[in-house]
Amino acid sequence: MRKTLFRSIIQAPVTEAPPPADEAALAELAASVDAAALRRLGRSLAIREVDAGSCNGCELEIHAINNAFYDLERFGIRFVASPRHADVLLVTGPVTWNMREGLERTYAATPAPKWVVAVGDCGFDGGIFAGSYAVAGGVSAVVPVDLHIRGCPPTPTQLLRGLLALLNAAGHDR
Amino acid sequence: MEMTALDAITNGRTADPDHRPWPRFSVDEGTWTKAAVALHDGECCLLGYWGERDRVNLALGTPNLSAICVLSLENVDRVFPSLAAAFPPAARLERTIREMNGLLAAGAPDSRPWLNHGRWPQAQGSSAPPARDSHEKYIFLPVEGESLHQIPVGPVHAGIIEPGHFRFTANGETVVRLEERLGYVHKGIEGLMAGAPLAQAARLAGRVSGDSTVAYALAFARAVEAATETVVPERAHWLRALMAELERIANHLGDIGAICNDAAFAIMLAHCGILRERVLRAAATTFGHRLMMDRILPGGVSCDLNGDGRAAIEALVALIRRKFPELVELYDNTTSLQDRTVATGILRPALAQRFACGGVIGRASGRVVDARRHPGYPPYDQLAFDVPSLIEGDVNARVWIRIREVEQSLALIEQILSRLPEGAIATDVGAVAGAAHAEGLSLVEGFRGDILVWVRLRADGTVDRCHPRDPSWFQWPLLEAAIEGNIVADFPLCNKSFNCSYSGHDL
Repeated sequence: MRKTLFRSIIQAPVTEAPPPADEAALAELAASVDAAALRRLGRSLAIREVDAGSCNGCELEIHAINNAFYDLERFGIRFVASPRHADVLLVTGPVTWNMREGLERTYAATPAPKWVVAVGDCGFDGGIFAGSYAVAGGVSAVVPVDLHIRGCPPTPTQLLRGLLALLNAAGHDR
Repeated sequence: MEMTALDAITNGRTADPDHRPWPRFSVDEGTWTKAAVALHDGECCLLGYWGERDRVNLALGTPNLSAICVLSLENVDRVFPSLAAAFPPAARLERTIREMNGLLAAGAPDSRPWLNHGRWPQAQGSSAPPARDSHEKYIFLPVEGESLHQIPVGPVHAGIIEPGHFRFTANGETVVRLEERLGYVHKGIEGLMAGAPLAQAARLAGRVSGDSTVAYALAFARAVEAATETVVPERAHWLRALMAELERIANHLGDIGAICNDAAFAIMLAHCGILRERVLRAAATTFGHRLMMDRILPGGVSCDLNGDGRAAIEALVALIRRKFPELVELYDNTTSLQDRTVATGILRPALAQRFACGGVIGRASGRVVDARRHPGYPPYDQLAFDVPSLIEGDVNARVWIRIREVEQSLALIEQILSRLPEGAIATDVGAVAGAAHAEGLSLVEGFRGDILVWVRLRADGTVDRCHPRDPSWFQWPLLEAAIEGNIVADFPLCNKSFNCSYSGHDL
């Protein structure tokens, strides 16, 4: 244990320089960002992740943005355990009919101001599962969405660029 | 050849000529009941159980999976004899058959719905299963006794995990019963596959459970190749195994870290997370996708290993060989961590055996079964590897099996890189020869355990019906047993050490 900890002190961290914020995401956010609300948030975002029907591929990459390479927390963005503590809902999956109410209630439990980020091609429009009897559609079919981060699944870098755009929109308006 | 329990059940019947590679027999209710008795007596194990419009299919194996067969009860008119009446592991599958295919298992011990929460809209002419009244209340099992209280958890959980509902009944801190309710991420994948062209169905198969995308794509491809008698080039088999072992290492690393993190030992998560990320980056360099989605297709693989890819994987293996032993030592020498994992969440070997529980969970409870060994598939017949097993069945044992399997997978990758055959990486899928349809079955060892895929192809090569069965079907019920008598606070630890798939189970 000591060896491992000592080595961490003398070795350079694996954490990488942040990628630039996603331009397309900034454009999409321009419409939904309320300057006054973002001023209140400062440069800090609390995220509640909701799997509304995903294959769990997106969850793997959302986990990855917490690892030492991407280190999401250095930007003031962190995952929280309750929607009551959240500014942002990060929603994956096509929304299944069986999860629709769960997502609606999680959204309702999130205090305003709040944003919804839909992750993945399935979160965008249901993706490969669109048209199934069990699928209600993309995230925007159930709750209003402020930002889409597409991909199957989006890479950690794509996720980071999208979330940084959300944070930058806050800094910019301030 | 030695007479197996399966031969005793099928008793000289003629197998369907269009089902490969293992035989499928049309049986009567008498034989069906014999199968229930054999399952009850532990002479054979349940590999899969799925319905069609007027037919129920049952995949059986001998206890070590050296022999496999499928029994079909045909022309079922709404009702068929329940297996679960004698063999409870079949219960959730019979509930599913009832709601998906409208076929009722007579005498079944549990007639509650399972995946159908009464929320699916009924479009005219849709492929949707029969509706249920959405106001019908789901009844959890009754609990009686002094000082009991219930804790409902989910479907939305506190972590970044999939949705499901857990109903705990506790006496003080001690869990006296856990009842799971799943189905929240049911996407109707079997419905989407019916009628789909092969390429589309393969993409769907790769998204049954995203963390096992390689294993599912492989299982689907092998089922299609069995049905069409397609002979895959040797190099493709080896590249598939390379991807499958990378996927196993990535997931085991993630799980080892996450289990320790649930015991508040975050440093293991951080270091395992770094190694896992290295695996995914090597996969992206080599195969162009971090999770290697859509790289295995019926007929072969879609991308070859080039010089850069080989160098990336060699560097990865060297790195893990250097770093991983330190982490293993850290796990082994941290008594506060062991205090949480040893003797926690014990799954008794007899239950693992009864449920034919595969993967790490089964092997940590003495069930030494690995689909790469039996029934086996190429190239593993030409590779040397051990199937690690333990008998303790606790969280600690499940961690150690994962550790040993990471080491085995590294050795497999080294063998694959040094002996990778030259040649083509794909071939055309054969036509559905002569017949109106062709059926194929496959069993593939994913990181969670054996994945079964059964497929029936139409004469035009599209999918008529496909049934993917996740290993979690036979693991989720055992989590309910393993948590009993543990404290509520140890549930995340137990759950993570199982790491069952919600999406793979809910379909």
